[in-house]
Amino acid sequence: MQDKQHIILLFLSMFILIAFVGFFQSWNLALNIFNLCIISSIMSLGINIQWGNAGIVNFGVMGFAALGGLANIIVSMPPTAKAWDAGAIYILIGIIIFILSIIFSILVWLKSRLSKKKKYIINFLLIILGYFLMRYIIDSPIKAIEAIEPAKTGYLGGLDLPVIISWPIGGLLAAMIAYVIGKISLGLRSDYLAIATLGISEIIIYILKNEDWLSRGVKNVNGLPRPVPYEIDLQSEPRVLELTKFFNIPVSEISSIIVKLSYSCIFLLILIGILLLLEIAQKSPWGRMMRAIRDNEVSANAMGKDIKTRHLQVFVIGSAIIGIAGAMLTTLDGQFTPVTYQPLRFTFLIWIMVIIGGSGNNFGSIIGGFLIWFFWVQSEPLGLWFISQITAYISDTNIIKSHLLENAAHIRLMFMGMILLITLRFAPKGLIPEVKR
Amino acid sequence: MEFLNSFILITNYIIIPGLTYGSQLALGALGITIVYTVLRFSNFAHGEFMSFGTMSTILLTWALIDSNIKFGTFPTAIIVLPFSIIFTIIYCLLVDKFVFKFYRQQKSKSVIALIVSIGVMFFTGGLIRFIIGPGDKNFMDGERFILKAKDFKMLTGLDEGLTIKSTQGVTIILTILLVIILFWFLNKTKTGKSMRAYSDNQELALLSGINPERIVLITWIITGTLACVAGTLYGLDKSYKPFTYLHLVLPIFAAAIVGGVGNPIGAIIGGFVISFSELLITFAYKKFFFYILPDNFLPDGLLQILSTDYKIAVSFIILVLVLLIKPTGIYKGKIIE
Repeated sequence: MQDKQHIILLFLSMFILIAFVGFFQSWNLALNIFNLCIISSIMSLGINIQWGNAGIVNFGVMGFAALGGLANIIVSMPPTAKAWDAGAIYILIGIIIFILSIIFSILVWLKSRLSKKKKYIINFLLIILGYFLMRYIIDSPIKAIEAIEPAKTGYLGGLDLPVIISWPIGGLLAAMIAYVIGKISLGLRSDYLAIATLGISEIIIYILKNEDWLSRGVKNVNGLPRPVPYEIDLQSEPRVLELTKFFNIPVSEISSIIVKLSYSCIFLLILIGILLLLEIAQKSPWGRMMRAIRDNEVSANAMGKDIKTRHLQVFVIGSAIIGIAGAMLTTLDGQFTPVTYQPLRFTFLIWIMVIIGGSGNNFGSIIGGFLIWFFWVQSEPLGLWFISQITAYISDTNIIKSHLLENAAHIRLMFMGMILLITLRFAPKGLIPEVKR
Repeated sequence: MEFLNSFILITNYIIIPGLTYGSQLALGALGITIVYTVLRFSNFAHGEFMSFGTMSTILLTWALIDSNIKFGTFPTAIIVLPFSIIFTIIYCLLVDKFVFKFYRQQKSKSVIALIVSIGVMFFTGGLIRFIIGPGDKNFMDGERFILKAKDFKMLTGLDEGLTIKSTQGVTIILTILLVIILFWFLNKTKTGKSMRAYSDNQELALLSGINPERIVLITWIITGTLACVAGTLYGLDKSYKPFTYLHLVLPIFAAAIVGGVGNPIGAIIGGFVISFSELLITFAYKKFFFYILPDNFLPDGLLQILSTDYKIAVSFIILVLVLLIKPTGIYKGKIIE
């Protein structure tokens, strides 16, 4: 019972914190923070099931989140009609040929009885051949597609479906890639796995940044459709105008509050859904088995548990959850900007959330997501306030003071590092420790 | 003549930049390797330690330039290097005392130490941006070139020019010096030998009367030195921006793992493997074949295997491939559970 009170108290104080922002700064900002808090919590739930329940170190959050974002484009943007005339089908054929060459070389590796040296040479030649064949097929259609109105399209476009569909699709896309990554790298030890996943997520971002035909690269995809009404349409609604009179705030503000509130409702529903599923999974025999594998791989193996398959399973599930959250994030932003995917913000910050919330506890991950995102956003003004307080007695023309004020925003990185280090040192179990079952 | 031209072209665009970038990576990878073998964790904060070292160099360089002390054509940054090394070592030791020491005494798992090092990375990154700001800083002064393309063409009468920047020369010479000193220390001195003994078998080393605190101290001294030199050389050669050092960690890890983690020679080889493959795969071979092949055989296109945008991604691809095919690296490294 003590635990429940503790959890409720933490969540209550979190809401009070956000309400404070609403009262003292603006409700728009408060709702914005709230929405991003929900998305961060979903991402940390994804990491929590991998790290907290199964002990898998996944530093590829950034990549999976970006794949979710890519799903937004593929699902919801209108297709570029001319691109299909320009030979988009050849790109597909080229990529399939390359994948086939890889599959074939794996088959050679596993099935043939040649000596190892010969296998290396054959595999190398096969993949090189596949790669150059692909380049030969896809190079000219890519050039043609990227030349179609480069300022507006210059990419394949999508399927023109409702954007909400892209969320499960984003999860699916992330799950598929996670299956491949997991299949090849889950056998590695934990620090190697961390570095490998970090490297693979960087490769994913590089591809999204540079393959203009797929994601428009650094030119970004703007104007993604929304699952909620637009502010402009709301502003002419009579009911909205009534609300304006009632609350006595400008119509532009109330319309954007309504939009953000509707996002919050959808996101909250998804968060609760995922949380319920994860809680059921954790309490089930499956969850017990995962923890047994985490705590002692050797004995779990001796009891007949298939560790490799289980690890792969949990890796795919967690990555899918991150993919869903990534898709939601891109929808909320309304644009897909590959440049914004930074490991600091997407991978390491999510990890801090999980560790501080309490690894192994879903409620902990959620509170961690809320708390850390809140401070990530708010530590900028806090840092500025802090510095101006310290330097209040120094004259305004002083170089040191202006330099300090200028760089005060960077205090938040220090702040995050401090929080993580202090938690790991003095409360390694986090805010809401794992429940002993 | 044609053949000589193509050779100069390759030297100018691949061999010299490859040697330079490779040396920088090798120094970084050596730092990671030494922490990994002696203290037994993957130090993600190493990039920020390099950044810290570079920042100290820049601040000292500015101080000297401001007070009008100059060293002719020699870059000031190299003169102040010993002092910034001391600053970096002090910072490393402070971090160890307040952060890493606790987990060492607790005998925590290496994953926990890895996550701790991410906390250190955040903190150091913030500290650096707070002190020096996130912008681009150029701190190279003195003579920019050892050999200019124009002089080289005049001298030899070839069509292709060869340029050697002074930062490239300094990088290669300093790296060779540092590596020689390091290997002499590890292999010939008593302290170096006890360090290797400690990394091979901690319990046995303790039984033979090796003082662990001293080993840790020396490890951080070496790591701080390597980090500061590697960071400064990279900053001199490209330009200093705190943000890029975060991204530098991965190629460095790639170098350390490709060579075989825990093996100093492997770390050096790994650095060069990564740098040369980045350049070889993203180099446009058109001009090279222009010299070699007869005119009517020349194919269209730039003849690039991968576009230059993927330069850094190449190191990750190699990293992943090595982890999959031969996780122990080229030289069999040490695996710590």
